[in-house]
Amino acid sequence: MKFFKGKGSKDSSKAKDLDRGILVFENTSEVIRAETVLKEQGWKIRVMGPPPEIRTGCDLIIEFPLIEELNILRTLEAAGAEPLQVVPVNSPLLRPVDIFQTKDYGRYFMVRAANMKLTIDKDTLTVVNISGGGCPDVPYLAQEMVGKHLADAPAPEEIGHTLCGYALQLAYEEMRRQC
Amino acid sequence: MLAVVGTVPVEDFPLTSGKVSLNDDLISIQGNKASVNRGTPALLAAAIKVCEAMGQSLPVGYLVGDIGLGDGSRRLYEYLSETLGNCDFSSIAFHYLQPDVDWHNRVLFAVEEMAKRPVLTADAGFMYAAKMSGQASAYDLFTPDVGELAFLADEEAPHPFYTRGFILHEEMRVPELIVRAYEHKNAANCLLVKGQPDYVANQKGIEATIDLPVEEAMEAIGGTGDTVTGIVSALIEAGIDVKESSIIAARVNRLAGHYARPIPATQVMDIVEQIPAALAQVLDEKAIMSGQRHV
Repeated sequence: MKFFKGKGSKDSSKAKDLDRGILVFENTSEVIRAETVLKEQGWKIRVMGPPPEIRTGCDLIIEFPLIEELNILRTLEAAGAEPLQVVPVNSPLLRPVDIFQTKDYGRYFMVRAANMKLTIDKDTLTVVNISGGGCPDVPYLAQEMVGKHLADAPAPEEIGHTLCGYALQLAYEEMRRQC
Repeated sequence: MLAVVGTVPVEDFPLTSGKVSLNDDLISIQGNKASVNRGTPALLAAAIKVCEAMGQSLPVGYLVGDIGLGDGSRRLYEYLSETLGNCDFSSIAFHYLQPDVDWHNRVLFAVEEMAKRPVLTADAGFMYAAKMSGQASAYDLFTPDVGELAFLADEEAPHPFYTRGFILHEEMRVPELIVRAYEHKNAANCLLVKGQPDYVANQKGIEATIDLPVEEAMEAIGGTGDTVTGIVSALIEAGIDVKESSIIAARVNRLAGHYARPIPATQVMDIVEQIPAALAQVLDEKAIMSGQRHV
């Protein structure tokens, strides 16, 4: 039985670029510099013209695997080639989540950003649990952070790699702001 | 036979396939061991508990080490796309993998080549890729939490990180999000939405609401969503239909949590240990009260 719509279907074609993102830079020389850095490190990227929704930056952008945004931004930052803006290809007007939900359990406090939840012990400021998420760095981040004091635990932006790691970073920053 | 596909947060964990067993708080596959902390090992531990309780053979795992760089995931995707077509599994649960639409599609093509279509469950990163690919309806079951349901309901979002605010604000209105996910064809044939309450839904609407017992701390405990997916996968493998398996799994996970007397610092293995007792209780209840939908 054929249950897969196949490569030629309308939906499949629409979905083609859904997991790609766009890096926007101030000028072309920054694009070239970032391209060199990313290609040297083996990333699958391409330089192309910007979509009409992008109204900032120069007339070249870099398309990259969106899921790995956190890792790529860290790479560019280390090389001094930070982009002006990062947006998804399919919908360049989308922005990262900026809504945080919190839950107070008495001794424990949880902050949620998008699909990621971070919980600490309010008395000791120890990270007691990390839940949610679906990218493979989530179990890794939990392994590295749970049981450590909030100030001593590695920040997700330091050791995470994906958008789930990025969401956890936002929860982590909100937690540090509130506690 | 049930196959479980996912990753282990250990960089040098080899690409391995084979029967998975559980010893104390470690899963074991072809001599390689991994801690049941959260993620795919937690799913497997829960599935093994159900398989053992129901006298089924243990699940086959397809595991690889990946800490988020995606390298392990891509090797596993490649291996699956080359080998799955010749396999004979009655059900497959796809779990923590780096979301990648192209690789997802290649794996789905390989599944299509199988002699008999297995029941397909997706959760975590593989579910994200399934939604992004536009192929959600090829799956029998997705098991999102409420944040992930909002992502499924947002036809524009490429990842939960980019879910639009006006949809995230709807989170208290899970039934509307379920409708929206189906309207945009971003839901599997059945949804088990993990939250308070849990919902089992399909294209027709909500089929069951599971709201007892309530343990508020469960939301904070990493891996409790993974255990639900493990339980439901094993129940499906036992021959129980997807909707009924989802209802039972939600109830079993809640009861296992209740038995563990959880606090937000509880670790998931404490809940996994309670699954056999919870399963026995729920199956006994069902034997007495067959036909009841609100459990």
